[in-house]
Amino acid sequence: MNGESRAFLAPVHKTLLEVLREDLGLTGTKHGCELGECGTCTVLVDGRPVLSCLALPAALEGREITTVEGLEGPGGLHPLQQAFAELGAAQCGYCTPGFLLVARALLDADPDPDRETIVEALGGNLCRCTGYLKIYEAVELAAARMRGENVEPARETLYGEG
Amino acid sequence: MGELETTTSPPRPARAPAPGKKRDDGRPPGQNERGADGRRGTGLRVVGTSLPKVDAVAKVTGRTRFADDLFLPRMLHCRMLRATTPHADIVSIDTSEAEALPGVHGVLTGKDLPTPYGILPVSQDEHALCLDKVRFIGDPVAAVAAIDEETAWEACRRIRVEYRELEPVASIEDALDAEDPRIHLYGDGHNVHKAVALEFGDVQAALSDSDLIQEDVFFYEGNTHLPMEQHAALADWTPDGKLTLWTSSQTPHYVHRALAQVLEMPPARIRVIATPNGGGFGGKSDPFNHEIVVAELARRTGRPVKICLTREEVFYCHRGRHPVLMWVKTGFRKDGSVTGMHFRSFLDGGAYGSYGVASTYYTGALQTVTYPVPAYRFEGLRAFTNKPPCGPKRGHGTPQPRFALEVHLDKAAEKLGLDPAEIRLAHLVEPGSVTANYLKIGSMGLAQCIHKVVEGSRWKERFRKLPYGRGLGLACGSYITGAGLPIYWNNMPHSGVQLKLDRGGGVTVFCGSTEIGQGSDSVLAYVVAEVLGIDPFEIEIVTADTSLTPVDLGSYSSRVTIMTGNAALQAAERARELLVQAVAEKWDVPGVRVAFAEGRVFDVEDPERSIPFAEAVVVAESKFGTIGTVGSYTPPRSPGRYRGAGVGPSPAYSYSAAVAEVTVDPETGETKVDEVWIAHDIGRAINPIVAIGQVEGSVYMGLGEALMEEMTYRGNRNVVHHHPSMLEYKSPTTHEMCPIHTYLIEDPDPNGPFGAKEVGQGPLLPVPPAIANAVYDAVGARVDEVPITPQKIMKALARKAKGEAAREGPARVPDFAWPDPLVVPPPWAGGDGRAIGDERAIGKGGVREVTRENQP
Repeated sequence: MNGESRAFLAPVHKTLLEVLREDLGLTGTKHGCELGECGTCTVLVDGRPVLSCLALPAALEGREITTVEGLEGPGGLHPLQQAFAELGAAQCGYCTPGFLLVARALLDADPDPDRETIVEALGGNLCRCTGYLKIYEAVELAAARMRGENVEPARETLYGEG
Repeated sequence: MGELETTTSPPRPARAPAPGKKRDDGRPPGQNERGADGRRGTGLRVVGTSLPKVDAVAKVTGRTRFADDLFLPRMLHCRMLRATTPHADIVSIDTSEAEALPGVHGVLTGKDLPTPYGILPVSQDEHALCLDKVRFIGDPVAAVAAIDEETAWEACRRIRVEYRELEPVASIEDALDAEDPRIHLYGDGHNVHKAVALEFGDVQAALSDSDLIQEDVFFYEGNTHLPMEQHAALADWTPDGKLTLWTSSQTPHYVHRALAQVLEMPPARIRVIATPNGGGFGGKSDPFNHEIVVAELARRTGRPVKICLTREEVFYCHRGRHPVLMWVKTGFRKDGSVTGMHFRSFLDGGAYGSYGVASTYYTGALQTVTYPVPAYRFEGLRAFTNKPPCGPKRGHGTPQPRFALEVHLDKAAEKLGLDPAEIRLAHLVEPGSVTANYLKIGSMGLAQCIHKVVEGSRWKERFRKLPYGRGLGLACGSYITGAGLPIYWNNMPHSGVQLKLDRGGGVTVFCGSTEIGQGSDSVLAYVVAEVLGIDPFEIEIVTADTSLTPVDLGSYSSRVTIMTGNAALQAAERARELLVQAVAEKWDVPGVRVAFAEGRVFDVEDPERSIPFAEAVVVAESKFGTIGTVGSYTPPRSPGRYRGAGVGPSPAYSYSAAVAEVTVDPETGETKVDEVWIAHDIGRAINPIVAIGQVEGSVYMGLGEALMEEMTYRGNRNVVHHHPSMLEYKSPTTHEMCPIHTYLIEDPDPNGPFGAKEVGQGPLLPVPPAIANAVYDAVGARVDEVPITPQKIMKALARKAKGEAAREGPARVPDFAWPDPLVVPPPWAGGDGRAIGDERAIGKGGVREVTRENQP
């Protein structure tokens, strides 16, 4: 669990989502439907996005689970978190943990994804506030910075078109 | 885990990142060249700069505490039993088996909470749990508090309810049919909740003096907010008789009043804390059954009680977009100017009142604030039906008539041979003017908006010139910057702010406003930081807590920036004045030379002489004692004095123009929105990137409503919701979203803080009609209703192939015996805002006697 091994006792039918929030106190993982339809509860299992509302801890013993709480490092925010904060890609912030983790898995696999790849990768996560565009721009900004480029947000992103 | 006792509001970021530029590049303080639209030197440092939000770090790290993230020791869980039949009397409820189940601590039914309530004083028609009859599938009947949710579910399943089924009322037509049983025993006739009729000037005469009469019928299907966060609430009762309720609500002040009313408790013993909403959009702005139920269960069990609705239950809470059937008849002159307009709307209100009276008035209020309408008649009715109640959703009662108006205008322009952009540019309301229905316009930047989107989309080169299957559509919109009148009659401010200045230099802002993702906490920080010349990320924001923060009416009607912003501005200016007096006396200089910037206070004529802000507070505290100031805001009175004049007035109106480009596949009728250009007259963007986020979110929601979102129910009167689920209720994913070009037009409005107007709802309005007009440009098919689904486009194309009119949409509106209209002569006809012969009109004089009828 975010680099630490955690033990807990829970009924076998309790989902990973419920265990994270109710037994391990990791309330950063959210739920929007609890039926696998909205992507809000996405966590990483061995680096791969998984809907925690459909996953059973009993089947995940010994696996590496990453939640939003695990994104930060001792050095501070993950570049994705920094970019989401900078560009207002988190409005209400409820779907943000799910998007951050899917984006993290995407960038692990593809450090320089084009817009179409990002749209495809994030297609399973619903958001009602942003209209997705600032999320794409935040992923692109973070990816560039993670590739070592010293890049700032475009003027149109920050101030709109002329 | 009990982490609650210290946290009064979600943890603030210790130190936000400082990605925004600090003014350490030597330029004199106050220079801010990078405003939107490249305007120069506004003299502002914080306002107009695209900074991160003050709660950004909490939201990207998962630290933000939403309602369901809260846990208290010995907390019980609540589930509600909901009606499984749309319209029935409750014959009996047997809860004995449920009460006997081990782990059950409390069971409630309607008789335990008999006091009715409702958001509007004129329609207090709800009960926490149904008293004698159920009115829609999902209407709460009983509630259980138990040791865990499974036990609470099981207990609900063991509650025996005997129903006597009644004929369900499933549509507006059903509601107008006198045979069906009445859903409520109040309103303006049988199953008609509200019927209004208003006339401003002689519409008949105007229509007869026209070169073209355009008559159309439109239908805007209902849809729902679908916030990603389900409603959740946690109530705690302490033996000293105090109740605390954490709840995901946009209006903690109104929840506070409803709790006091229904629980019959002194408000001072109730504390409502609105946790940050995981999206609201109007769906969390009524006092809700589950909030009252968990409060009562906490009182009875003496233990904390929490409820989190399932996604299906969120669909039954609803309070979303009213389905509205509309008929409009307008007279035009050859030059495209309007001579007169007659507008009728039929709202399918659902099972309860909610904001419905206001929604009804809103469907007829803003037709006059965009293009001049010399003579205007409006008739509107809201029907009760056995469906989840409708209420306010982003735009509250104005996207529907706006859709009708902008498509109606597009059709008239075509007949008159005028370009849709030109017809609008030629006839815009004057800034500072008063409309036929007595709405006072402030600043009005719509012309600039239209020019921007016409230029950006290369409209002139491409409109009516793209290959078959591709099209462009243009539409405009205007919206209120906050409802001018309060929901319950009073003369108190709509928003209050208190500031605490600490000798360590820290500033804390207390305000009742509620963060729903729109950035209201951040606006408070930016405004106070601008006035006091300090860093917004060093300001502590405490909001939405009825015990700690002064009243703010809530996050609805796009009122938050203008009202809390102006209140914060006043409080901050009063605080600065105290510091100026103290420092001026210490330096023995006139106060006018004392300036604030960069966290320092300095002498403008001798910039070397400066002290840290904290020291200035020490000087002031030493002179005056503890430094604390208040500010408040009350909107200006509107000129309207007739019954119904309370809906529509606003301190300022925002304007938007949009061009949509679509591709329609004539074989399948599928529509893809390829690109949207949208310009929004915002007055001043307090934070441009946050404003752009609101514009993009509005375009997204407008696109969803235009193409796919619909709250529909199974036919022939068994009123079961078709798809109360995140998957089946279609909403746009990343695949359906298109690139957006956003232009922020800044023409500062005198009533807004730093000139700011709203941006949270207005930009949604032009999007559905722009898409409808673009579909027509693409394949010549008119779909006069939303959602514009492939089936509807195919039907229209099939008619076109048979040589009939290529149109799909409602044929007619039902007949109805409208009440005689309230006749209110417009200003240019010698009117004074009052209705002829209506003695109950609002009296002159200072006290604003708002009659009960015209609540917003």
